[in-house]
Amino acid sequence: MTIALPAESAVRRRTFKIDFSLPVLIAFAAVLCVLIVLPMSWLAYYSVVDKAGQFTLENFATLVTEPEFRGPMLTTLILATSASIFCALAAAPMGWLVARTDLPFAKAVRALVTASFVTPPFLGAIAWELLAAPNSGLLNKLYRHLTGAEMGDHIFNIYSMTGLIFVVSCYTFPYIFVLIANALDRIPGDLEDASSMLGGRTWTTARRITIPLALPALLAGMLIAFLQAMTLFGSPAILALPAGFHTMTTKIWSLFQFPPKPELAAAASLPLLVLTVMLLRTQQMILGRKGYSVVGGKTGDPRLIRLGIWKWPAVAFVFAVLMLPVFLPYFALINAALSPIATTLVTPENATLKNVWFTFGLSSTKIALQNTFILGALTATLGTLMALVIGYISVRRAVVGHQALGFLATAPIAIPGIVLGVGLFLTYTQPPFVLYGTLWILLLAYLTIELPAAYQQLSSAYKAVGNDLEDASRILGATRLQALRHITAPLLRTSVIATWCFIFVATVRELSAAIILFTSDTRSCRS
Amino acid sequence: MTVSKITRRRVLAGGVAAGLAVPAKVLAQAPAAETVTPALLEAAKKEGRVVWYAAMDLPVSQNVAKRFEAKYPGISVRIERTGSERQFQRLAQEYSSKIYAADIINASDAAHFVAWKRNGWLAPYVPEDVAKFFPREHRDADGLFASSRIYVVSLCYNTSMVKPEDAPKGFMDLLHPKWLNRLVKAHPSYSGTIMTSTYQVARDLGWDYFEKLAKQKVMQVQSSVDPPNKVALGERAAMADGNDFNVILHKEAGRPVEIVYPVEGAPLIVCPNAVLKAASNPNAARLFQSFLFSQDGQQALCDFAAQHSAHPQVKPKPGRPVLKNIKVMKDDPVAVEAQAVEIKARYQKIFGV
Repeated sequence: MTIALPAESAVRRRTFKIDFSLPVLIAFAAVLCVLIVLPMSWLAYYSVVDKAGQFTLENFATLVTEPEFRGPMLTTLILATSASIFCALAAAPMGWLVARTDLPFAKAVRALVTASFVTPPFLGAIAWELLAAPNSGLLNKLYRHLTGAEMGDHIFNIYSMTGLIFVVSCYTFPYIFVLIANALDRIPGDLEDASSMLGGRTWTTARRITIPLALPALLAGMLIAFLQAMTLFGSPAILALPAGFHTMTTKIWSLFQFPPKPELAAAASLPLLVLTVMLLRTQQMILGRKGYSVVGGKTGDPRLIRLGIWKWPAVAFVFAVLMLPVFLPYFALINAALSPIATTLVTPENATLKNVWFTFGLSSTKIALQNTFILGALTATLGTLMALVIGYISVRRAVVGHQALGFLATAPIAIPGIVLGVGLFLTYTQPPFVLYGTLWILLLAYLTIELPAAYQQLSSAYKAVGNDLEDASRILGATRLQALRHITAPLLRTSVIATWCFIFVATVRELSAAIILFTSDTRSCRS
Repeated sequence: MTVSKITRRRVLAGGVAAGLAVPAKVLAQAPAAETVTPALLEAAKKEGRVVWYAAMDLPVSQNVAKRFEAKYPGISVRIERTGSERQFQRLAQEYSSKIYAADIINASDAAHFVAWKRNGWLAPYVPEDVAKFFPREHRDADGLFASSRIYVVSLCYNTSMVKPEDAPKGFMDLLHPKWLNRLVKAHPSYSGTIMTSTYQVARDLGWDYFEKLAKQKVMQVQSSVDPPNKVALGERAAMADGNDFNVILHKEAGRPVEIVYPVEGAPLIVCPNAVLKAASNPNAARLFQSFLFSQDGQQALCDFAAQHSAHPQVKPKPGRPVLKNIKVMKDDPVAVEAQAVEIKARYQKIFGV
């Protein structure tokens, strides 16, 4: 009875109401096109025209013939390949130890890996400058102190190709670790039990059962690590430029110096984009095959291998690996913040808060902080709203062409940051949308970057809710939007809040990167 | 009055056609000096803010801004600091997108003012002190800009890493094999100071010098503030170029650095400041320009930042180098403006970045 009343009124009102669904859907499709298709189209256009706007393939020819581009391309390939191999070497055993053995502190290890995951890579690079710059680095100072070596002798030189590969690996290995650990968590213990019951020793079981089942995750992780290393900008800018070499990302950045060469920048961005799309497809194919590992149904918990006497060496290995991306860098950063000279050890006598006050006393820092929060909140609100509507359309198959919306919302995953940056620059420095130099361009950038994650979170939430309730409401006469507002939205509240927080934190973290980069200028002046 | 206006316009047109800074002989036609009137003050307060695009390193520009805000409460200064060469690109990009965010502009590459003047982007405004005291080589003939600060590019070394007798005396000394892996220098595609000094050094010593210097595996940083910092930190033993004033400040703060003015002559850096014609806060911009060029403003800037002023009544702080005692190379903004693109390309070819 109580349900019938609002239904009746809905029926009565229906004659006065127009269903706004279609226009809303079209509007969102248009917004997505502006966000993603527009910058990528300008990128493609610029890459095949010359300064006068005539069609040419000259830009790509320059890319492959000029040594100033071939060098960075080779460097980037070496960097990405070696980083993904080193990451795998560190992350695979760690993932196995944490997921499949009785390693002590396994939970703490997972938390610490997350800590290195959320560290902006450029911050890690700055920290490693403090630690391993050849002369002023803390570790090299320690080495000279211990061995009495000459001034100028060093064991680490962070301003080098090896240094760059090392630092990039430090902040890329969590990608592999997470994938491996999750895959191993899911491998049913029954299979391993079966193997050992049939007489397989531990090593045979590992070789015939565990490793083959975890291999797809490892390969997928290595591809992601390759992509990350290939498209990073901050770390090469901090470590490669002082050493006198470029990666593709810093080279693209340098093309915007006066006189800017946007055509070349566009042409140099396209290979990165194409490679990313291809590698992500490959990764999906590899992960798609993992279906055979989990046959379905509830399986036994993974069987934990007893490490026995290897327990403490294993702990030592894991924490030694974690020293590199977490303990040492954070120690160096805190030390630098409190010490009068960044690369001198802080003592109770010389500790100072001057650096901290100076940075936060700058009017520019205050403006930046304020902007960060405004932008974070705006991006989170708009992003959640868009993901909510797009998720709804594609999960409920609300209109013809809903697949396109879903595709567009996930597409930014395949756009490397620097490529999106070039695209946004080309798009918003000319009519009809001139946004260059305003906060809006940042809003667009972060909205685009965060959309896929928001969309994925909310569309899985929609799938969980199911559409029976909504259908009931529509049968009783509500329009699609009314049903969305009164039925689905309240049920999704938790997911929506979680998504909002996720985008907010991600945006603020990225932006804080900009602030710290900006004020590092001042930090180094005073230190 | 009308006569003088017409003359100025014609002179400006001539300047545009020639593409050169107008020679000093038309000085008589420069706009009359303007004092800070109550009307200007009132209008500036109404605007409430002024945006300063400054290539000055942040502690220095921040100090100038703080003193301005203390003298004129209610007008806040927003500083957008980046290297001159980056700023040059940024302003051009913003103007082509019809964004007029900047009110006043400062660069350590004087050549940029040649270009901006030709583009017609600068507003004529002659603060009282500039008209009364500034020598003619430090003010634009058409009253569009004046030199806000002067310093030189020097060498320096870390005294705990290098003995005084081993220290370089000039640029050529840096080519000795003992400096392999021990030098640091800044980049002419970022820093206007280094752009200017690269031109002067290449002109006087030849590009040959840079080609040999690149073989020393020099650490390449961006801003001209960075090399003194790296030497003070002990990351490199000596700097091949960088601001002399940062070295002086480090030394005064007790850090182990010693300055060396190169025997070949130190590249001279003159930094003009101007009001932009398209300023959104034109009155606050003029008030700021007057403040910056006043005797007090110049004295405080020099005292805080260890630089030199073109204002003859500014007294150098005792114990600091006096500009006229330093052997300098000759600056030539017009030539730098003409060769900037080529200099950057050549530099990148030699040093790899």
